[in-house]
Amino acid sequence: MNASQVLEREFLEIRARILEIAASLDRIDRAAGDVSLDANRQLLSRGIDLLSAKESDRAEQVQLLFSNEYVSDWQSDFQMKPRS
Amino acid sequence: MYYIDPHIHMVSRTTDDYQTLSQMGCAAMSEPAFWAGFDRGSAESFRDYFHQLTDVEPKRAAQYGIQHFTWLCINAKEAENVKLSREVMKLIPEFLQCPNVLGIGEIGLNKNTKNESIIFQEHVELAIEYQQQILIHTPHLADKYQGTRMILDMLAGHGGIERSRVLVDHVEEHTVREVIDAGYWAGMTLYPVTKCTPARAVDIIESVGPDRLCVNSAGDWGPSKPTAVPDLILEMRRRGHTEGLIRKIVFDNPFDFFSQSKNFSFTPPSDETRVFPTG
Repeated sequence: MNASQVLEREFLEIRARILEIAASLDRIDRAAGDVSLDANRQLLSRGIDLLSAKESDRAEQVQLLFSNEYVSDWQSDFQMKPRS
Repeated sequence: MYYIDPHIHMVSRTTDDYQTLSQMGCAAMSEPAFWAGFDRGSAESFRDYFHQLTDVEPKRAAQYGIQHFTWLCINAKEAENVKLSREVMKLIPEFLQCPNVLGIGEIGLNKNTKNESIIFQEHVELAIEYQQQILIHTPHLADKYQGTRMILDMLAGHGGIERSRVLVDHVEEHTVREVIDAGYWAGMTLYPVTKCTPARAVDIIESVGPDRLCVNSAGDWGPSKPTAVPDLILEMRRRGHTEGLIRKIVFDNPFDFFSQSKNFSFTPPSDETRVFPTG
């Protein structure tokens, strides 16, 4: 399938998902209280920003955004010796 | 099209599900040992569970023409209890001779703790000692990336590992390449919300290629869909992929991975033309 065919096939589904996100954010805003400084709310904003990137690895970047950090010397922190 | 679901927890499913899966073309399945939704109180509970996996479920599956295989371990969540884990691991060797046991699994990490890591290492050593294949669970959501990297670190430290006999499961966009590039098999789980959708799984196949890549439903007691593999088949057809490529993903790949286990004696459906070893 070429890009036009994929776009035509996916357009309504993407439109629906954008609407769901928009409505969810509206729901949060209508509710009592302020979560603008909440870490999860800020993560969502950063995730939405990633969708506008031009690179074609948006899904991977969103996954990494929502992932805990990997620390390469974790075995030292656990005082674990490498097995052989 | 016949397919193999390489990861599904049938102890949590009804007999109606066996019938539906059979009607949708499921020819074989493998069921890794996992968490029951609650922490079990003793090793004897696991003995009963291993009996269920090696004797009861194969009989239920056979009633619908499906061959049932399994993997044994104490899962990552209960592995936080090191004492219980070691008692359970002592039970495993006696069950490895059961004809439907493919190896050790699904071992792995849950919250990426020290105790989980210790028991993961000991499971790997058990698999090496008994020359077993390994099926690995990677953590959920925010813990997945860190946990997958930790698992790859631990596997790399074991000189006795044959990477082609290890499948790292539940990969997603941010973990699949490191697993495949390191020489392991990778599994994608098709879950409604928390893992891959069929569409994203097909995206990954298109991006990474079909080699050493499997898909599964991981149907269990939580939100999951046991017929998710046929959903992926439909998505691949809608995108115009060939029947040969679809078959590679849903049948040939799990078949080739399982064939490395001496217990994988599989009688394929009669209209399959491929020549199968008998294990």
